[in-house]
Amino acid sequence: MKQYLILVSFILTFNFASAQNKLYSSNKSDVSFFSKTPLQDIDAKNTRANSIINLSNRDLVVRIPVSSFQFKNKLMQEHFNENYLESEKFPYATFKGKIIEDLELSKPGVYSVNASGILTIHGVDQERKFSGKITVAENKLVLETAFDVMLIDHKIDIPKLVFKKIAEKIAVSASLNYIPYKK
Amino acid sequence: MKLVSDSNEVFVRTATFKARRIINGHSVETVGKNNLDFIISHRFDRLNRGFEEFFGLDAATNRLGLEYGINDRFMIGMGRSSFQKVFDYFTKYKLIRQSTGSINIPVSVTLFGGYAIRTQKTVPQLSAFNRSSYTAQILIARKFSEAFSLQISPTLIHRNRADIFTDNRTVFASGIGGRMKLTKRTSINGEYNYVLPNQINDNYKNNLAFSFDLETGGHVFQLLFTNSYGMTERQFITETDGSWGSGDIHFGFNISRTFSFEKKKKVNP
Repeated sequence: MKQYLILVSFILTFNFASAQNKLYSSNKSDVSFFSKTPLQDIDAKNTRANSIINLSNRDLVVRIPVSSFQFKNKLMQEHFNENYLESEKFPYATFKGKIIEDLELSKPGVYSVNASGILTIHGVDQERKFSGKITVAENKLVLETAFDVMLIDHKIDIPKLVFKKIAEKIAVSASLNYIPYKK
Repeated sequence: MKLVSDSNEVFVRTATFKARRIINGHSVETVGKNNLDFIISHRFDRLNRGFEEFFGLDAATNRLGLEYGINDRFMIGMGRSSFQKVFDYFTKYKLIRQSTGSINIPVSVTLFGGYAIRTQKTVPQLSAFNRSSYTAQILIARKFSEAFSLQISPTLIHRNRADIFTDNRTVFASGIGGRMKLTKRTSINGEYNYVLPNQINDNYKNNLAFSFDLETGGHVFQLLFTNSYGMTERQFITETDGSWGSGDIHFGFNISRTFSFEKKKKVNP
Protein backbone atom coordinates (compact mmCIF):
# COMPACT_ATOMS: atom_id res chain seq x y z
CA MET A 1 0.00 0.00 0.00
CA LYS A 2 2.77 2.39 0.95
CA GLN A 3 4.67 1.64 -2.20
CA TYR A 4 1.59 2.28 -4.22
CA LEU A 5 0.98 5.59 -2.55
CA ILE A 6 4.57 6.56 -3.09
CA LEU A 7 4.28 5.68 -6.73
CA VAL A 8 1.09 7.59 -7.13
CA SER A 9 2.44 10.61 -5.30
CA PHE A 10 5.50 10.35 -7.50
CA ILE A 11 3.34 10.43 -10.57
CA LEU A 12 1.34 13.26 -9.12
CA THR A 13 4.20 15.49 -8.07
CA PHE A 14 6.66 15.03 -10.88
CA ASN A 15 4.17 15.18 -13.64
CA PHE A 16 1.71 17.42 -12.05
CA ALA A 17 1.99 20.42 -14.34
CA SER A 18 1.92 18.56 -17.59
CA ALA A 19 0.07 15.46 -16.61
CA GLN A 20 -2.78 16.59 -14.51
CA ASN A 21 -5.28 16.23 -17.26
CA LYS A 22 -3.50 13.21 -18.59
CA LEU A 23 -4.00 11.23 -15.45
CA TYR A 24 -6.88 8.80 -15.61
CA SER A 25 -8.21 6.81 -12.71
CA SER A 26 -10.52 3.85 -12.76
CA ASN A 27 -14.11 4.45 -11.75
CA LYS A 28 -15.37 1.00 -12.56
CA SER A 29 -13.54 -2.27 -12.65
CA ASP A 30 -14.25 -5.89 -13.17
CA VAL A 31 -11.57 -8.44 -12.47
CA SER A 32 -12.33 -12.12 -12.49
CA PHE A 33 -10.45 -15.37 -12.54
CA PHE A 34 -11.21 -18.91 -13.52
CA SER A 35 -9.75 -22.19 -12.47
CA LYS A 36 -10.81 -25.08 -14.63
CA THR A 37 -10.16 -28.71 -13.92
CA PRO A 38 -12.15 -31.80 -14.86
CA LEU A 39 -13.34 -32.05 -11.26
CA GLN A 40 -14.27 -28.51 -10.45
CA ASP A 41 -14.72 -25.07 -11.95
CA ILE A 42 -14.01 -22.12 -9.73
CA ASP A 43 -14.60 -18.52 -10.60
CA ALA A 44 -14.55 -15.33 -8.61
CA LYS A 45 -15.25 -11.70 -9.35
CA ASN A 46 -13.85 -8.51 -7.93
CA THR A 47 -15.23 -5.05 -8.58
CA ARG A 48 -13.00 -3.23 -6.09
CA ALA A 49 -9.86 -2.96 -8.17
CA ASN A 50 -8.29 0.47 -8.59
CA SER A 51 -6.04 1.71 -11.28
CA ILE A 52 -4.33 4.85 -12.47
CA ILE A 53 -2.96 5.39 -15.93
CA ASN A 54 -0.78 8.29 -16.95
CA LEU A 55 -1.21 9.08 -20.60
CA SER A 56 1.86 11.27 -20.89
CA ASN A 57 4.42 8.71 -19.77
CA ARG A 58 2.13 5.66 -20.05
CA ASP A 59 2.66 4.54 -16.47
CA LEU A 60 0.08 2.04 -15.30
CA VAL A 61 -0.72 0.91 -11.78
CA VAL A 62 -3.43 -1.53 -10.78
CA ARG A 63 -4.27 -2.56 -7.27
CA ILE A 64 -6.74 -5.28 -6.35
CA PRO A 65 -7.86 -5.92 -2.77
CA VAL A 66 -7.58 -9.70 -2.58
CA SER A 67 -10.27 -10.23 0.03
CA SER A 68 -12.86 -8.57 -2.20
CA PHE A 69 -13.00 -11.49 -4.59
CA GLN A 70 -16.51 -12.87 -4.39
CA PHE A 71 -17.06 -16.57 -4.80
CA LYS A 72 -20.39 -18.29 -5.11
CA ASN A 73 -19.22 -20.82 -2.58
CA LYS A 74 -18.41 -18.98 0.63
CA LEU A 75 -16.31 -21.83 1.97
CA MET A 76 -14.10 -21.58 -1.10
CA GLN A 77 -13.85 -17.86 -0.49
CA GLU A 78 -12.71 -18.51 3.06
CA HIS A 79 -10.12 -21.02 1.92
CA PHE A 80 -8.96 -18.67 -0.83
CA ASN A 81 -8.30 -15.93 1.71
CA GLU A 82 -7.10 -18.07 4.59
CA ASN A 83 -5.10 -20.83 2.99
CA TYR A 84 -4.05 -19.85 -0.49
CA LEU A 85 -3.72 -16.09 -0.94
CA GLU A 86 -3.31 -15.32 2.79
CA SER A 87 -5.07 -12.05 2.23
CA GLU A 88 -4.50 -10.73 5.74
CA LYS A 89 -0.76 -10.92 5.25
CA PHE A 90 -0.92 -9.83 1.63
CA PRO A 91 -4.04 -7.70 1.24
CA TYR A 92 -3.38 -6.48 -2.29
CA ALA A 93 -2.44 -7.88 -5.65
CA THR A 94 -0.73 -5.16 -7.67
CA PHE A 95 0.67 -4.44 -11.08
CA LYS A 96 3.09 -1.58 -11.59
CA GLY A 97 4.29 -1.08 -15.10
CA LYS A 98 4.37 0.85 -18.27
CA ILE A 99 2.67 0.60 -21.61
CA ILE A 100 5.45 -0.21 -24.04
CA GLU A 101 4.13 1.28 -27.26
CA ASP A 102 4.59 4.99 -27.72
CA LEU A 103 0.97 5.75 -28.52
CA GLU A 104 -0.92 9.01 -28.45
CA LEU A 105 -3.61 7.67 -26.16
CA SER A 106 -5.56 10.89 -25.98
CA LYS A 107 -6.95 10.41 -29.48
CA PRO A 108 -10.13 8.35 -29.66
CA GLY A 109 -9.69 4.90 -31.11
CA VAL A 110 -8.94 1.30 -30.29
CA TYR A 111 -5.35 0.39 -29.59
CA SER A 112 -3.80 -2.94 -28.84
CA VAL A 113 -1.12 -2.43 -26.26
CA ASN A 114 1.50 -4.30 -24.33
CA ALA A 115 2.49 -3.49 -20.81
CA SER A 116 5.48 -4.71 -18.90
CA GLY A 117 6.11 -4.41 -15.22
CA ILE A 118 5.94 -6.13 -11.88
CA LEU A 119 2.97 -8.26 -10.92
CA THR A 120 2.75 -8.86 -7.18
CA ILE A 121 0.46 -11.56 -5.88
CA HIS A 122 0.76 -13.29 -2.51
CA GLY A 123 3.72 -11.03 -1.77
CA VAL A 124 5.75 -12.48 -4.62
CA ASP A 125 6.96 -10.23 -7.44
CA GLN A 126 7.02 -11.43 -11.00
CA GLU A 127 8.34 -9.56 -14.02
CA ARG A 128 5.50 -9.86 -16.52
CA LYS A 129 4.40 -8.62 -19.90
CA PHE A 130 0.71 -8.42 -20.71
CA SER A 131 -1.15 -7.61 -23.86
CA GLY A 132 -4.49 -5.94 -23.96
CA LYS A 133 -6.73 -3.48 -25.67
CA ILE A 134 -7.38 0.16 -24.86
CA THR A 135 -10.46 1.88 -26.17
CA VAL A 136 -10.25 5.64 -25.99
CA ALA A 137 -13.30 7.85 -26.17
CA GLU A 138 -14.07 11.38 -25.10
CA ASN A 139 -12.88 11.67 -21.48
CA LYS A 140 -13.12 7.93 -21.16
CA LEU A 141 -10.80 5.01 -21.43
CA VAL A 142 -11.38 1.29 -21.25
CA LEU A 143 -8.58 -1.19 -20.69
CA GLU A 144 -9.20 -4.85 -21.28
CA THR A 145 -6.77 -7.65 -20.75
CA ALA A 146 -6.58 -11.37 -20.09
CA PHE A 147 -3.62 -13.35 -18.87
CA ASP A 148 -2.64 -16.46 -16.97
CA VAL A 149 -1.13 -16.69 -13.53
CA MET A 150 0.84 -19.76 -12.53
CA LEU A 151 0.25 -20.52 -8.87
CA ILE A 152 3.78 -21.81 -8.47
CA ASP A 153 5.18 -18.45 -9.63
CA HIS A 154 3.61 -16.77 -6.64
CA LYS A 155 4.33 -19.48 -4.09
CA ILE A 156 0.68 -20.41 -3.67
CA ASP A 157 0.71 -23.96 -2.36
CA ILE A 158 -2.11 -26.32 -3.16
CA PRO A 159 -2.22 -29.36 -0.90
CA LYS A 160 -2.20 -32.76 -2.62
CA LEU A 161 -5.70 -33.49 -1.36
CA VAL A 162 -7.29 -30.79 -3.49
CA PHE A 163 -4.64 -30.74 -6.21
CA LYS A 164 -7.02 -32.08 -8.83
CA LYS A 165 -9.67 -29.51 -8.03
CA ILE A 166 -7.59 -26.39 -8.47
CA ALA A 167 -5.85 -25.58 -11.73
CA GLU A 168 -2.13 -24.84 -11.68
CA LYS A 169 -2.73 -22.07 -14.16
CA ILE A 170 -5.40 -19.51 -13.34
CA ALA A 171 -6.97 -17.48 -16.12
CA VAL A 172 -7.45 -13.84 -15.16
CA SER A 173 -9.43 -11.30 -17.10
CA ALA A 174 -9.85 -7.65 -16.30
CA SER A 175 -11.83 -4.76 -17.65
CA LEU A 176 -11.12 -1.31 -16.26
CA ASN A 177 -12.96 1.91 -17.03
CA TYR A 178 -11.11 5.17 -16.55
CA ILE A 179 -12.13 8.76 -16.32
CA PRO A 180 -9.89 11.83 -15.97
CA TYR A 181 -8.43 11.92 -12.50
CA LYS A 182 -9.77 14.66 -10.29
CA LYS A 183 -7.89 15.73 -7.25
CA MET B 1 -3.39 12.96 -0.24
CA LYS B 2 -6.68 11.44 -1.15
CA LEU B 3 -6.63 8.54 -3.48
CA VAL B 4 -9.91 8.14 -5.32
CA SER B 5 -12.25 5.47 -4.02
CA ASP B 6 -9.22 3.55 -3.08
CA SER B 7 -8.69 4.35 0.55
CA ASN B 8 -12.32 3.44 1.14
CA GLU B 9 -11.60 -0.26 1.14
CA VAL B 10 -13.03 -2.22 4.06
CA PHE B 11 -11.30 -5.41 5.09
CA VAL B 12 -13.63 -7.72 6.94
CA ARG B 13 -11.78 -10.09 9.19
CA THR B 14 -12.94 -13.56 8.30
CA ALA B 15 -12.26 -16.97 9.79
CA THR B 16 -11.91 -15.86 13.39
CA PHE B 17 -12.47 -19.53 14.12
CA LYS B 18 -12.37 -22.43 11.71
CA ALA B 19 -15.50 -24.13 12.89
CA ARG B 20 -18.89 -23.04 14.11
CA ARG B 21 -17.88 -24.33 17.54
CA ILE B 22 -14.89 -23.32 19.57
CA ILE B 23 -15.15 -26.78 21.14
CA ASN B 24 -18.46 -27.29 22.92
CA GLY B 25 -19.80 -23.78 22.69
CA HIS B 26 -20.63 -21.80 19.61
CA SER B 27 -18.12 -19.49 17.97
CA VAL B 28 -18.95 -16.23 16.19
CA GLU B 29 -18.76 -18.02 12.86
CA THR B 30 -21.88 -18.75 10.87
CA VAL B 31 -22.34 -21.08 7.92
CA GLY B 32 -21.98 -19.34 4.56
CA LYS B 33 -24.96 -18.67 2.36
CA ASN B 34 -26.50 -21.81 0.89
CA ASN B 35 -23.97 -24.00 2.65
CA LEU B 36 -25.07 -26.95 4.72
CA ASP B 37 -22.90 -28.23 7.51
CA PHE B 38 -23.28 -31.75 8.76
CA ILE B 39 -21.67 -32.17 12.15
CA ILE B 40 -20.97 -35.48 13.82
CA SER B 41 -19.81 -35.18 17.41
CA HIS B 42 -18.79 -37.89 19.83
CA ARG B 43 -17.90 -37.80 23.50
CA PHE B 44 -16.46 -40.98 24.93
CA ASP B 45 -16.70 -42.00 28.54
CA ARG B 46 -14.25 -40.76 31.17
CA LEU B 47 -10.54 -41.49 30.83
CA ASN B 48 -10.40 -42.58 34.48
CA ARG B 49 -12.60 -45.61 33.74
CA GLY B 50 -9.30 -47.37 33.30
CA PHE B 51 -8.09 -50.16 31.09
CA GLU B 52 -11.09 -52.43 31.54
CA GLU B 53 -13.32 -49.83 29.89
CA PHE B 54 -10.45 -48.93 27.57
CA PHE B 55 -10.20 -45.47 29.10
CA GLY B 56 -13.78 -44.67 28.32
CA LEU B 57 -13.75 -45.64 24.67
CA ASP B 58 -16.21 -48.50 25.27
CA ALA B 59 -19.07 -46.08 25.74
CA ALA B 60 -19.94 -42.91 23.90
CA THR B 61 -22.62 -40.36 23.27
CA ASN B 62 -23.10 -38.58 20.02
CA ARG B 63 -24.77 -35.56 18.57
CA LEU B 64 -25.74 -35.30 14.93
CA GLY B 65 -26.30 -31.79 13.71
CA LEU B 66 -27.31 -29.94 10.58
CA GLU B 67 -26.64 -26.25 10.08
CA TYR B 68 -27.66 -24.14 7.14
CA GLY B 69 -26.76 -20.61 6.07
CA ILE B 70 -29.78 -18.57 4.97
CA ASN B 71 -27.43 -15.75 4.07
CA ASP B 72 -23.91 -14.84 5.04
CA ARG B 73 -25.00 -13.52 8.41
CA PHE B 74 -27.98 -15.63 9.42
CA MET B 75 -28.03 -19.35 9.98
CA ILE B 76 -30.27 -22.00 11.47
CA GLY B 77 -29.38 -25.34 12.95
CA MET B 78 -30.67 -28.39 14.68
CA GLY B 79 -29.22 -31.39 16.39
CA ARG B 80 -30.03 -34.55 18.19
CA SER B 81 -27.95 -35.85 21.06
CA SER B 82 -28.07 -39.41 22.27
CA PHE B 83 -27.37 -38.26 25.83
CA GLN B 84 -30.80 -37.61 27.40
CA LYS B 85 -32.14 -37.85 23.82
CA VAL B 86 -32.05 -34.10 23.43
CA PHE B 87 -33.29 -32.31 20.34
CA ASP B 88 -31.93 -28.81 19.94
CA TYR B 89 -32.79 -26.02 17.54
CA PHE B 90 -31.00 -22.72 17.22
CA THR B 91 -30.35 -19.62 15.15
CA LYS B 92 -27.30 -17.45 14.94
CA TYR B 93 -27.02 -13.97 13.55
CA LYS B 94 -23.76 -12.21 12.80
CA LEU B 95 -24.54 -8.72 14.02
CA ILE B 96 -21.16 -7.05 13.70
CA ARG B 97 -18.14 -8.12 11.71
CA GLN B 98 -14.65 -7.16 12.73
CA SER B 99 -13.05 -5.02 10.05
CA THR B 100 -10.18 -2.71 9.29
CA GLY B 101 -9.75 -0.08 6.63
CA SER B 102 -12.15 2.79 6.27
CA ILE B 103 -14.56 1.14 8.70
CA ASN B 104 -12.73 0.08 11.79
CA ILE B 105 -14.55 -2.34 14.08
CA PRO B 106 -12.49 -4.10 16.73
CA VAL B 107 -14.73 -7.12 17.36
CA SER B 108 -17.20 -9.47 15.76
CA VAL B 109 -20.50 -9.95 17.54
CA THR B 110 -22.88 -12.82 16.90
CA LEU B 111 -26.19 -13.40 18.63
CA PHE B 112 -27.21 -16.92 19.50
CA GLY B 113 -30.63 -18.22 20.53
CA GLY B 114 -31.39 -21.86 21.16
CA TYR B 115 -34.11 -24.16 22.36
CA ALA B 116 -33.58 -27.73 23.54
CA ILE B 117 -35.89 -30.46 24.75
CA ARG B 118 -35.11 -33.75 26.42
CA THR B 119 -37.08 -36.66 25.10
CA GLN B 120 -35.72 -39.47 27.25
CA LYS B 121 -38.48 -41.23 29.21
CA THR B 122 -38.35 -40.64 32.91
CA VAL B 123 -40.35 -41.74 35.93
CA PRO B 124 -42.43 -39.77 36.56
CA GLN B 125 -42.82 -38.55 33.00
CA LEU B 126 -42.38 -34.78 32.79
CA SER B 127 -44.36 -32.49 30.58
CA ALA B 128 -42.73 -31.10 27.44
CA PHE B 129 -42.64 -27.71 29.14
CA ASN B 130 -40.67 -29.10 32.07
CA ARG B 131 -38.16 -30.81 29.76
CA SER B 132 -37.43 -27.63 27.80
CA SER B 133 -34.58 -25.18 28.12
CA TYR B 134 -33.59 -21.97 26.38
CA THR B 135 -30.21 -20.40 25.74
CA ALA B 136 -29.28 -16.88 24.74
CA GLN B 137 -25.71 -15.84 24.10
CA ILE B 138 -23.85 -12.79 22.91
CA LEU B 139 -20.69 -14.03 21.28
CA ILE B 140 -17.99 -11.39 21.11
CA ALA B 141 -14.75 -12.28 19.42
CA ARG B 142 -11.65 -10.58 18.20
CA LYS B 143 -9.10 -11.93 15.78
CA PHE B 144 -6.01 -10.34 17.26
CA SER B 145 -3.73 -11.66 14.59
CA GLU B 146 -3.69 -14.16 11.80
CA ALA B 147 -3.04 -16.87 14.38
CA PHE B 148 -4.71 -15.76 17.59
CA SER B 149 -8.43 -15.25 18.26
CA LEU B 150 -10.28 -14.82 21.53
CA GLN B 151 -13.98 -14.91 22.32
CA ILE B 152 -16.10 -14.17 25.35
CA SER B 153 -19.62 -15.45 25.41
CA PRO B 154 -22.01 -14.02 28.02
CA THR B 155 -24.68 -16.67 28.39
CA LEU B 156 -28.14 -16.98 29.87
CA ILE B 157 -29.71 -20.40 30.22
CA HIS B 158 -33.25 -20.89 31.38
CA ARG B 159 -34.54 -24.31 32.34
CA ASN B 160 -38.22 -24.62 32.99
CA ARG B 161 -37.39 -27.24 35.57
CA ALA B 162 -33.92 -27.77 37.03
CA ASP B 163 -32.85 -31.32 37.90
CA ILE B 164 -31.95 -30.24 41.41
CA PHE B 165 -34.83 -28.47 43.07
CA THR B 166 -32.63 -25.86 44.77
CA ASP B 167 -30.87 -24.81 41.58
CA ASN B 168 -31.76 -21.56 39.91
CA ARG B 169 -33.84 -22.11 36.85
CA THR B 170 -32.22 -19.16 35.12
CA VAL B 171 -28.45 -19.39 35.14
CA PHE B 172 -25.96 -16.73 34.11
CA ALA B 173 -22.60 -17.83 32.80
CA SER B 174 -19.81 -16.60 30.62
CA GLY B 175 -17.68 -18.57 28.27
CA ILE B 176 -14.18 -17.67 27.23
CA GLY B 177 -12.49 -19.41 24.38
CA GLY B 178 -9.57 -18.97 22.08
CA ARG B 179 -7.62 -20.50 19.33
CA MET B 180 -3.99 -20.44 18.38
CA LYS B 181 -3.14 -21.44 14.87
CA LEU B 182 -0.20 -23.79 14.50
CA THR B 183 -0.15 -23.96 10.73
CA LYS B 184 -2.48 -22.67 8.06
CA ARG B 185 -4.76 -25.63 8.60
CA THR B 186 -4.32 -26.63 12.22
CA SER B 187 -4.96 -24.92 15.52
CA ILE B 188 -5.13 -25.51 19.26
CA ASN B 189 -8.32 -24.33 20.95
CA GLY B 190 -9.26 -23.85 24.57
CA GLU B 191 -12.60 -23.07 26.12
CA TYR B 192 -13.87 -22.44 29.65
CA ASN B 193 -17.44 -21.81 30.71
CA TYR B 194 -17.70 -20.01 34.00
CA VAL B 195 -21.02 -20.19 35.84
CA LEU B 196 -21.51 -17.21 38.14
CA PRO B 197 -21.55 -18.31 41.80
CA ASN B 198 -24.54 -19.33 43.96
CA GLN B 199 -26.75 -20.45 41.13
CA ILE B 200 -26.31 -24.20 40.84
CA ASN B 201 -25.31 -27.08 43.10
CA ASP B 202 -21.65 -27.23 44.11
CA ASN B 203 -21.33 -30.71 42.64
CA TYR B 204 -21.56 -29.21 39.19
CA LYS B 205 -18.27 -28.13 37.72
CA ASN B 206 -17.42 -25.49 35.18
CA ASN B 207 -16.81 -26.82 31.72
CA LEU B 208 -13.22 -26.81 30.49
CA ALA B 209 -12.10 -28.17 27.15
CA PHE B 210 -9.09 -28.28 24.86
CA SER B 211 -8.98 -29.33 21.27
CA PHE B 212 -6.78 -29.78 18.27
CA ASP B 213 -8.41 -28.62 15.03
CA LEU B 214 -7.51 -29.86 11.61
CA GLU B 215 -9.05 -28.42 8.51
CA THR B 216 -8.95 -30.24 5.19
CA GLY B 217 -10.97 -28.65 2.42
CA GLY B 218 -14.63 -29.15 3.30
CA HIS B 219 -13.94 -30.90 6.61
CA VAL B 220 -13.00 -29.59 10.00
CA PHE B 221 -11.88 -32.21 12.51
CA GLN B 222 -11.74 -31.25 16.17
CA LEU B 223 -10.10 -33.75 18.50
CA LEU B 224 -10.86 -32.72 22.03
CA PHE B 225 -10.75 -33.34 25.74
CA THR B 226 -13.51 -32.04 27.95
CA ASN B 227 -15.05 -32.70 31.37
CA SER B 228 -18.64 -32.78 30.10
CA TYR B 229 -20.57 -35.55 28.48
CA GLY B 230 -23.37 -33.56 26.89
CA MET B 231 -23.08 -31.24 23.92
CA THR B 232 -25.98 -28.83 24.31
CA GLU B 233 -25.61 -25.61 26.30
CA ARG B 234 -27.76 -26.72 29.20
CA GLN B 235 -25.76 -29.91 29.52
CA PHE B 236 -22.23 -28.66 29.29
CA ILE B 237 -22.64 -25.29 30.99
CA THR B 238 -25.06 -26.01 33.83
CA GLU B 239 -24.87 -29.78 34.25
CA THR B 240 -21.23 -30.77 33.93
CA ASP B 241 -20.39 -33.15 36.75
CA GLY B 242 -16.92 -34.25 35.69
CA SER B 243 -13.83 -32.77 37.28
CA TRP B 244 -10.50 -32.44 35.49
CA GLY B 245 -8.70 -32.89 38.81
CA SER B 246 -10.08 -36.37 39.37
CA GLY B 247 -9.61 -37.45 35.81
CA ASP B 248 -13.23 -37.22 34.66
CA ILE B 249 -12.03 -36.26 31.22
CA HIS B 250 -13.84 -37.28 28.08
CA PHE B 251 -12.06 -37.72 24.81
CA GLY B 252 -14.21 -36.71 21.88
CA PHE B 253 -14.34 -35.23 18.43
CA ASN B 254 -16.44 -33.00 16.22
CA ILE B 255 -16.33 -33.58 12.50
CA SER B 256 -18.02 -31.03 10.32
CA ARG B 257 -18.51 -31.48 6.63
CA THR B 258 -19.70 -28.56 4.52
CA PHE B 259 -21.85 -29.09 1.46
CA SER B 260 -22.39 -26.25 -0.93
CA PHE B 261 -25.59 -25.63 -2.83
CA GLU B 262 -24.25 -23.01 -5.17
CA LYS B 263 -25.68 -23.23 -8.64
CA LYS B 264 -23.25 -25.37 -10.55
CA LYS B 265 -22.24 -24.53 -14.06
CA LYS B 266 -21.96 -27.41 -16.46
CA VAL B 267 -18.45 -28.77 -16.58
CA ASN B 268 -17.10 -29.45 -20.01
CA PRO B 269 -15.77 -32.97 -20.23
